[in-house]
Amino acid sequence: MWIEVCKADEIDEEDVLRFDHEDRTFAVYRTDKDEYYATDGYCTHEKFHLSNGLVMGSTIECPKHNGRFDVMTGQAKRAPVCVDLKTYPVKVENGTVYIEL
Amino acid sequence: MLQAGMVIIGAGEAGARAAVELRTLGWTGAITLIGEEPHAPYERPPLSKQALLSPDAPSPTYILDDEKLKEHDIEWIAGTPVTAIDRAHRTVRLADGREIAYAKLLLATGARPRQLPLLPMNGTPVAGARYLRTYGDALKLRDKLQTGKRIVIVGAGFIGLEVASSAIERGCKVTVVEVGPRILMRGVPIQIAQIVEERHRAAGVDFRIGISIEAIHCADSDGSVNSLTLADGTTIEYDEMIVGIGAIPETSLAASCGLQLENGICVDETLATSDPSIYAAGDCCSFEHPLYPGRRIRLEAWRNAQDQGTHAASAMLGEKAPFASVPWFWSDQYELTLQVAGLVDFGSETIVRELQDGAKLYFHLADDGRLVAVSGIGDSVVIAKEIRIGQILVETGAKPVPQALGDPDVKLKALLRG
Ligand SMILES: Cc1cc2nc3c(=O)[nH]c(=O)nc-3n(C[C@H](O)[C@H](O)[C@H](O)COP(=O)(O)OP(=O)(O)OC[C@H]3O[C@@H](n4cnc5c(N)ncnc54)[C@H](O)[C@@H]3O)c2cc1C
Ligand code: FES
Repeated sequence: MWIEVCKADEIDEEDVLRFDHEDRTFAVYRTDKDEYYATDGYCTHEKFHLSNGLVMGSTIECPKHNGRFDVMTGQAKRAPVCVDLKTYPVKVENGTVYIEL
Repeated sequence: MLQAGMVIIGAGEAGARAAVELRTLGWTGAITLIGEEPHAPYERPPLSKQALLSPDAPSPTYILDDEKLKEHDIEWIAGTPVTAIDRAHRTVRLADGREIAYAKLLLATGARPRQLPLLPMNGTPVAGARYLRTYGDALKLRDKLQTGKRIVIVGAGFIGLEVASSAIERGCKVTVVEVGPRILMRGVPIQIAQIVEERHRAAGVDFRIGISIEAIHCADSDGSVNSLTLADGTTIEYDEMIVGIGAIPETSLAASCGLQLENGICVDETLATSDPSIYAAGDCCSFEHPLYPGRRIRLEAWRNAQDQGTHAASAMLGEKAPFASVPWFWSDQYELTLQVAGLVDFGSETIVRELQDGAKLYFHLADDGRLVAVSGIGDSVVIAKEIRIGQILVETGAKPVPQALGDPDVKLKALLRG
């Protein structure tokens, strides 16, 4: 099911937005190449919102202990994170961002 | 004979990261990780925080568990200290008599708590003082932090204050004694130290700052109570004493095989010791940092142990790049997180930026306007990203306009591009 997240311009370029839906939390990214991606909202190391982290290109860095993930694949890229993030399909239609859950 | 492989002494933060990195970088020979502790490599930061608070006996937070060690084909020898290094034959000797040959050796032996100097105390040396470095120490301490117990903490550094915060949460009565002129003397600006001190006072901590301990009286069978006597003659009765007065680098192996020492094991910019086949990383080594020239530094921080462990692995495989990661650490006390990126003492001017919910950032500029450190305190959600951006500015040697730093309406990320 596609769920509406926000307007495409509500996320700055190279930035991330927290999106809560029912009892779950997600992180929705816009990369430096103006592409949109979505992952689970919490870091896989501790329960910390990735939306407070820094997006660099297509990498999100968790601010708690600087673990890194590739936002496109969810792959864990740097210690201390070692478990990959779950990713979700994203589409942008008529200026609105949707994720598929 | 088997070909000599990579040997790592000390299965802590730096040692464990180095072992994994050697594999990640493609080393296919043997990797032997030798630790004197019985546990697989685990994280120390939770020991003064979650481990003391958890209602059930906590288990260690592993950096590498058995499964991961196997997956990376790391030979892990537990509960066995290395007792000697033979540099001429390139072997290490273990307490159980085994000898292991190395092609390259990494010393990641960490640090040990500094012991309280002997004080007149019922005529015998200090007994009953607790220290916190290992998982075993944390388990014992956790059992002692019972509601209503009087806890005295000697030393107002990170470990002492984190234990104070955990003890308060466990319902203890806490007194902190510090001989220095203020709390958090090392690496933290006075503005942050004041905020932390106020928070502790609000929680009920009784501080005795700028005063030394004259004597310790330990309870004996005659039913007397434990007490401390301070220089001004006041006495503090207590049930448990925890000492957090700093750490001493573990250099005994390095010293006995003749490696150069200076406040730790001396390493060059690639983390090689005075013997080019031997490297050192983490709390045990001292080094010169390209961003902070003119001084040999030694850090006791989790990120540094990781970064140096990772860097040493690449150096052991022949990479010559200098180690230049910006120092970074954090501490959690109550609901507050403090973080520091860079070295505050290299700054001469401080600029504050107010963030939401009372959080604060401080920018530390050197005489020439270069940003040498960024520190912050508040909710980690508010400060963490800003500190990280600050760290990148420090790394690039930026000289940001002070007005922009102080103005919360100027996005820090914009300064990265500027
Ligand atoms: C209670 C506590 C809380 C902390 N909290 C924070 C925090 O909030 N933030 C932060 O940035 N940092 C924190 N730190 C600091 C951080 O944990 C250390 O900087 C880090 O663990 C250092 O890693 P290391 O590998 O150099 O040493 P260690 O992790 O100490 O590992 C060294 C290992 O070597 C072993 N060893 C020593 N000699 C021998 C020998 N001869 N043979 C075999 N093994 C040997 C030791 O037993 C030990 O297991 C904390 C530390 C403690 C103790
Ligand atoms: S919580 Fe994300 S790296 Fe630790």
